[in-house]
Amino acid sequence: MADINVDQFANIRSVALEKILDKKKEGLKVVGIYCTFCPQELVLAAGAIPVGLCGTREDPIPAAEEVLPRNLCPLIKSSYGFALTDTCPFFAFSDLIVGETTCDGKKKMFEIMQDLKPVHVMQLPHQKSPFSFDLWVKEIRRLRSRIEEVLEVTITDEDIWKAIDLVNREKELLKEICDLNQMSPPPIRGIDLLTVTWSSGFSHDKEEVIQMMEALKNKLESIKIEPEAAQKPRILLTGCPVGLGSEKVIRLVDELGATVVAMENCSGYKTLELRTDRNNDDPIVALAEKYVNIPCSCMSPNPYRMELLGRMIDDFKADAVIDLTWQACHTYNIESYEVKKLVKEKGLPFLHLESDYSSSDEESLKVRIEAMLEMTKQ
Amino acid sequence: MITVGLDIGSVASKGVLLSPDKKFFIVLPTGWSPRDVGKQILSNLLMQAGIEQEDVDAMLVTGYGRVSFNGAARTVTEISCHARGVAALCPEARTIIDIGGQDSKVISINENGKVLDFAMNDKCAAGTGRFLQVMANTLGMDVGELAASEDPSVTVAINSMCTVFAESEIIGLLARGSPKGGIIAGLHQSVGKRVATLARRLGVKEKIVFTGGVAQNAGVRRALEEELQSRVFVPAECQFTGALGAALLAAGS
Repeated sequence: MADINVDQFANIRSVALEKILDKKKEGLKVVGIYCTFCPQELVLAAGAIPVGLCGTREDPIPAAEEVLPRNLCPLIKSSYGFALTDTCPFFAFSDLIVGETTCDGKKKMFEIMQDLKPVHVMQLPHQKSPFSFDLWVKEIRRLRSRIEEVLEVTITDEDIWKAIDLVNREKELLKEICDLNQMSPPPIRGIDLLTVTWSSGFSHDKEEVIQMMEALKNKLESIKIEPEAAQKPRILLTGCPVGLGSEKVIRLVDELGATVVAMENCSGYKTLELRTDRNNDDPIVALAEKYVNIPCSCMSPNPYRMELLGRMIDDFKADAVIDLTWQACHTYNIESYEVKKLVKEKGLPFLHLESDYSSSDEESLKVRIEAMLEMTKQ
Repeated sequence: MITVGLDIGSVASKGVLLSPDKKFFIVLPTGWSPRDVGKQILSNLLMQAGIEQEDVDAMLVTGYGRVSFNGAARTVTEISCHARGVAALCPEARTIIDIGGQDSKVISINENGKVLDFAMNDKCAAGTGRFLQVMANTLGMDVGELAASEDPSVTVAINSMCTVFAESEIIGLLARGSPKGGIIAGLHQSVGKRVATLARRLGVKEKIVFTGGVAQNAGVRRALEEELQSRVFVPAECQFTGALGAALLAAGS
């Protein structure tokens, strides 16, 4: 595997922070978002910067546990902990915080978070019936008004279409980069892929990040692939969101001599096939259609995830699938049953891991991952 | 060909030496240094066999201490080693239940001894040897005495899964005058239920083979048979299947 330098992507967060610090006085607005369900196009259309606030580090969890129950998923505790301890500058700089009712834990956490800062919570429907779709369209319209009100701007349809084009382009490029890993051996390591996909969510300048992605894509395409060098088992990772700070499973897979070739999760491939339809008359309806299709386990039923996973297993020539569930994430934990059925039908080893952000279980995770890798070599 | 397999577990470490005409088995408590105990077992095996380390053609280490033992040996996980060891001892085995000091695991294998699937207990001690050890201490007994002292006819159900809570529960039961033999039967039932659930998640196929240190406890075997409604076989070498599998895999077979 060639050594691809993704430092430029790893630095996006700190660069964005500097830029935001600089321009905040000149009136630059920031909107903090917690989830891929938030239509970031509306934030961009308002001339503001959308930044991801989803907690992926363990550090603030003990503080969060002073308020939230211990037996809650680490993602929610980390997200709340960063806000509570005022250790996430992006939270501090946000003029508006947007949350979604993806799960009961988040929904109730956002109620408590209101004490720290106003949170606009979008009521996300959990199925795709016409009635719930109407609700979702209304929720996106409500978000548009709220952004206009808080940021004191007018968002025109034209602004939204421009933002849609930008985000469509970004997703297309990200997908093309991820798809390069269908080659054998994969040109980019799992951890580097995560750095690219996760870090780009912090960018202060979408045009710039799109240019960076184009450069990376060209570089990856120029790598000479030597099929005979492909010896490592190819792992498809699915399940709960993973970011830098909660990447331990990707790291362990790498340490154990295999490689994560693709990730069917929020920071990975989950949303990359979805585009906002440019032919719709109403940009809000177009956005609603795209976002309601995200195959998060909060959707019931959630057939698109299984369809996507099935295709990814084939396209990325996976040798095994790891389904990572964060503790107390009931929907992903339960849906693992369906994932296992799918993977077993494909005749591949399947490993369901339940973990948190701590390093306490790394040894037992290693045994499980290593045993699964041994199964691929039997 | 002479091969050695070491299985360095959390409580006990096991070693098997295979030579063309003989097998040697050794078990020692792991203690605080998995590296030292590995060396100790290796030298004891060599002494018993009357050979030198140079005479060993291949060695493989498994168990949680496999990484700390740096004797230029290959390592393989205990999942693959148990599967290999059990397949050698009992080719009809399709489900392996292994209960050790800190882990319990269930492994499905096919007719070639290939691992089809496996499941392990989560982080906590419920359903492991550690659970029984802590409970034996509370009852003022040695863990090896539990099976002989159980009385399944008056089984007292232990409801706490958590080892610490189960300990308090037992103290409460003793204070209330519950029979000791019934409490012990309840403890075995608790381990049996926990591990049987793990096994059913994978799908239980006969023949079921029970290994690991806890397999020496006839009470847990009885409880497993009741829970799974099926016969459970315990090989004489039940504690050594991991080390045996390691020795066989070391030979490339």
